[in-house]
Amino acid sequence: MMDKARIQVLSDNDRRKFLIRLTSVVGAGGVAAACVPFVASMNPSSDVLAKSLTEVDLSSITLGAMLTVAWQGKPVFILHRTPEQIKSAESSNGGIDPELDSARVKHAEWLVVVGVCTHMGCVPNQEGPGWICHCHGSEYDHSGRVIRGPAPKNLEVPPYHFVTADKITIGLA
Amino acid sequence: MPGRLIEWIDQRFPLSSFVKHELTGYPTPYNLSYWWNFGFLAGFVLMLQVATGIFLAMHYKADVALSFDSIQHIMRDVNYGWLLRYMHATGASAFFFVIFIHMARTLYYGSYRAPRELLWWTGQGLLLLLMATAFMGYLLPWGQMSFWGATVITNLFRATPFIGDQVVIWLRGDYTVGDATLTRFFALHYLFPFLIIGAVIVHLVALHKVKSSNPSGIDLAHKDNIPFHPYFTIKDLYGLGLFLMLYSVFVFFLPDSLIEPANNIPANPMQTPNHIVPEWYFLPFYAILRSVPNMVGGVLAMGLSVMMFAFMPFLDRSRIPGGAHFRPIYRLQFYLFLLDMLVLGYVGYTPPTDQTLLIGEVATLYYFGSFFFIPFVSKLEERWLIARGLPPEVISLMESEARALKKQNRKHGRRREEDQA
Repeated sequence: MMDKARIQVLSDNDRRKFLIRLTSVVGAGGVAAACVPFVASMNPSSDVLAKSLTEVDLSSITLGAMLTVAWQGKPVFILHRTPEQIKSAESSNGGIDPELDSARVKHAEWLVVVGVCTHMGCVPNQEGPGWICHCHGSEYDHSGRVIRGPAPKNLEVPPYHFVTADKITIGLA
Repeated sequence: MPGRLIEWIDQRFPLSSFVKHELTGYPTPYNLSYWWNFGFLAGFVLMLQVATGIFLAMHYKADVALSFDSIQHIMRDVNYGWLLRYMHATGASAFFFVIFIHMARTLYYGSYRAPRELLWWTGQGLLLLLMATAFMGYLLPWGQMSFWGATVITNLFRATPFIGDQVVIWLRGDYTVGDATLTRFFALHYLFPFLIIGAVIVHLVALHKVKSSNPSGIDLAHKDNIPFHPYFTIKDLYGLGLFLMLYSVFVFFLPDSLIEPANNIPANPMQTPNHIVPEWYFLPFYAILRSVPNMVGGVLAMGLSVMMFAFMPFLDRSRIPGGAHFRPIYRLQFYLFLLDMLVLGYVGYTPPTDQTLLIGEVATLYYFGSFFFIPFVSKLEERWLIARGLPPEVISLMESEARALKKQNRKHGRRREEDQA
C-alpha cells in the first residue's frame, strides 16, 4: 500500500514537471512568434523595394565617359569604355579577386558596376588605373576589379539587361 | 509641518532611511582623491545630455529631406537653439572624456579587482551603450560625415557569418543608409539614454553593495570611513565647477572644434568625402579596425579591443593591493598603454599611408599584447616585489585580506554543507 502511494506521488511530480516544461516551451514559442513582426518591420518596406529597378538610356554617354545613376539608392557606374580600356581590361584577369573581363560585361564597350567599395562601402572616385577609393586606398581597374587592397572583392556587377541596344534596366538580369 | 509630512511619508515609503543609507550617511573612504570625482561627473553629463536632447527633439525632424535643414533651423531660428545644440554636441565629447578618465582611474588603482568585478562589468555594459548612443546620434544631422560614418559602421555587420548582407539591410531598412535608417536611429537615440539610466542604477546598486575603492587599495569598509554628505557632496560640487569651466570654454568659444567641417555639407550617397574620420573618441578603435588587413579580422579585433577591459579581473593576478600605486611595473604598463591609445588615435585620424599603416599594426599588437601579458607580468612583478621586501603595512594588509577571504570561503562552504544536509 505504502509503495503504491509513493509511486503515485512520484508520477504526479513527473507529470507536473513535464507540464511545466511543455508550457514553458509553448510560451517561449509564442514570445518568439510575437517578435517576428517587430523584427520584420525593420526590413526594407514596400516603397523601398519598389526602387529596386532603374532604367538607363545609354545614348547620351559618349565614348570614354562615365554616368553615375542611383539604383536602390546606391551609385551604379556605367562606363563607355574606349578600345584601349577594353584591351587593357581583357589582357589581365585582375589581382586580388581574379575574374575574366568577359564574365563582367554583356557588351565589351559597356561596363556596369555598383560604385560601392567592397571594403567599407565608400564611393570610389574615377581616377588612376580606373577607380580609387579614398577611404582606405583600394584601387580598381577598368573592369572594376580590385588591384590594390584592402578591398577583398571586385566591384559588384548588378543584375541588368539590355532592353534595346542603348537602353538597360538595372535590377533584373 | 515638513517634519510631519516626512513622517507621514516615512510610514508609507522608506524615504528618510533611503536618503540616510544611500546618500547622507553612505560610508565613503576618507582618502578618495579627485580621480574619484568622475563617476559623479558622468552622471551629471548624462542628465545634461538627456535634458538638452529632449528640448532639441522638440525642433528636430527625422526625415532625409528635412533633417539637415532642421539643424539649421535650430541654429538660427529657435530661441537659444544654438546653445542647446552646442551643449549637446560638446556634451557627447565631454561624456567620453569623463568616462575615459573614470576607466583609467579604475585601471590605475585596480578598482576592478574582487569584490568589484560586477561593478566593473556593468560599467563595461554602460560603455557599450554610450558608444551605440553616440554613434546613432551622430547620424541625425544628416551631413556627409554623419552619412558615411553610419555607412561604414553598419557595413561592419557584413562580417556576420552567412547572413551578413541581410543583417546590414535589416539594420538600415534599406539597401543604403536612408530615410528608414535615419528614423530608426532617431527613435533608438531617444530610447538608449533611458536604458543607460537603468544601467546606471544597476551600477550604483553594485557600488553601494561593495562600496568605493580607494587609492591605498586597502579595504576601509569598516574603518576610516566618513559619511558621503557633506564631505563628498561638496568635493563633487567643487569638481563640477572645474568641469563646467572647461565645458563652457568648448560650448561658448570652440564649439566647432568638435564638429567635422565636412558635416556642414548635406549627406550625398553618390559622393564619399576624401577623408572619413570618426569622432575623436572612436579613433583608437577605428585605427585597430584599419590595422588588420582582413575585413572580418578587423571587425573582430575592433570589437575585442573595446571588450578587453572586461577581462581585467581575470588577467591581473597580483595580490599586491593598491593598483599601480605599489606596483612600478604595472604603473609603467599603464602609462605605456595610455601612450599606445594616443598613437592609435593619431593613426586613426590620419589618412592611410604605408607608414601609418605600419605604426597602426605595431600599436594594435601592443594594445592586445599589453592585455595578454598582464597575467604573467603581474605574477612576476608580485614575486619580485615580495623578494625585494614589501613595506610592513602592505604585508599586514595582504595577510588580513587573505584571512578575510578564507573566513568568507569557510562560511560559504558551511552554508553549502547545510544546504546539502
